Amino acid sequence: MLQLMPLDLRKALARAECDLYSNLVTRATGRAVRSQLETMLRDMPGQRLAVLDFTHVGVLDFSCADEIVAQLLLRFGAGLPAHAPALPTPSYFMFRGLAEAHLEALEPVLERHGLALVAEGPDGSMQLIGMVEPDEHSTWQLVVASGGGDVDAIASFAAEARMDLHDRLVALARRRLVIQTAAGFHPLQHH
Amino acid sequence: MTTILTVPPSLDDGTFESLLQQMAPLAADAKVLVDARHTRWASPYGLIGLLTLAQSRADTPQFIPPEDPNTASYWARSGFFRNAEKLYEMMRPVPRSRTGDSNYFLEITPIAKTEDVQHVVQHIQERSAAIMETLGFPPSGAIGFSVVLSESCQNIIEHADGPGWVAVQNYDWKKRLGRRVVVIAVTDCGIGFRQSLAPKRGSSDRWDDGAALESALSRGTSRFHDPGRGQGLAGIKRYVAKWGAKLTIRSGTARIGIIPAWDDELALIEHLPPFPGAQMQIIIPQAVAS
Repeated sequence: MLQLMPLDLRKALARAECDLYSNLVTRATGRAVRSQLETMLRDMPGQRLAVLDFTHVGVLDFSCADEIVAQLLLRFGAGLPAHAPALPTPSYFMFRGLAEAHLEALEPVLERHGLALVAEGPDGSMQLIGMVEPDEHSTWQLVVASGGGDVDAIASFAAEARMDLHDRLVALARRRLVIQTAAGFHPLQHH
Repeated sequence: MTTILTVPPSLDDGTFESLLQQMAPLAADAKVLVDARHTRWASPYGLIGLLTLAQSRADTPQFIPPEDPNTASYWARSGFFRNAEKLYEMMRPVPRSRTGDSNYFLEITPIAKTEDVQHVVQHIQERSAAIMETLGFPPSGAIGFSVVLSESCQNIIEHADGPGWVAVQNYDWKKRLGRRVVVIAVTDCGIGFRQSLAPKRGSSDRWDDGAALESALSRGTSRFHDPGRGQGLAGIKRYVAKWGAKLTIRSGTARIGIIPAWDDELALIEHLPPFPGAQMQIIIPQAVAS
């Protein structure tokens, strides 16, 4: 059972005793906020989908983007190499309320670590941000278009047969860009 | 014996070198008197440079403020005397001012801890509408400006191992550029780039202040092993390129820059008089209407 966990960064800032500021700047602030987020995540057992809401965040600088977003993704396994053992109860992250100015700080940070994330737009649509190969992107779009399911169900949405689709879906799940369950592969959706 | 260091009539990043030239032959504990009597104008870099100069001395230096009352008043409103009184022995009375008296976008502000950077970003956000209007940038550009300021100040916290200063002001460069500019100046009296990055140098590499600055600015080298580090300066470079701005960083005996087409300075200047820490200046010109 996947547990949904909305994480309001302003609340994490407040819990990190940085509540005077709605700006996510400096490494120290980033570390304090991430620590709060990790505590919140630890409180929830099993597989989790955490929604990080940037709606109320003013300034996001490179240091904070690295400490919060990149380090959170890395610590929860998004950057693990293919040969490394997968985490038993993975956490997935979706990002909401990212403005253009946030992305200016976030994209270079993700590229530096070879990471990517799923961002939800105001209309509920999803897009990938960061380092994504064209083939990964097209596979991810198949999962979104199909709404998820087993490999055969997802494959039926492809224009042409893909022999290696299962491997590609597993790779996307390891990057935390799709959710892998016993029933198959699913987009990061909270509703 | 006290050595008199004469502050030039116009004090900016270029003429500040003449002060350092005068100071270069002196021992660190030599008594100095900084004489600004005939100074009529100073940039944010010049003013916070004077504060850093005082911090670099083993003995408390003496200071004679500008004789011109308008200049002295302006320096007071910039926050200079408020901070200088803690570092210099003032040889004459100086005008009083309160925080918020000036037209500085950011008055001279000490940077020593993370909360100082938070405070600076918060303050600039409150003035962002005026700054964006000055620069002719869309309101959304305020975030990028704050990010540059935040990362510039964080270099002090993360790398300098010493306190620093920041100030932001705007000028009308009618003659020089035909446009307004916003100037960000950040200085510290810490260990400098060469010492900060020394653990990362290759054993066969040339290693001096120029090489350390090149390594940081051109290759994004950081003192930390974490690949996520070193992104601040890289990010500043991207904004500087996007805005057609000028970035210079002085450390030790060298100065490196990203020089836009509207300026003719050299990208790397070496063999300057020594000065501890790092001194950064970013000059952002008003956007040209397309």
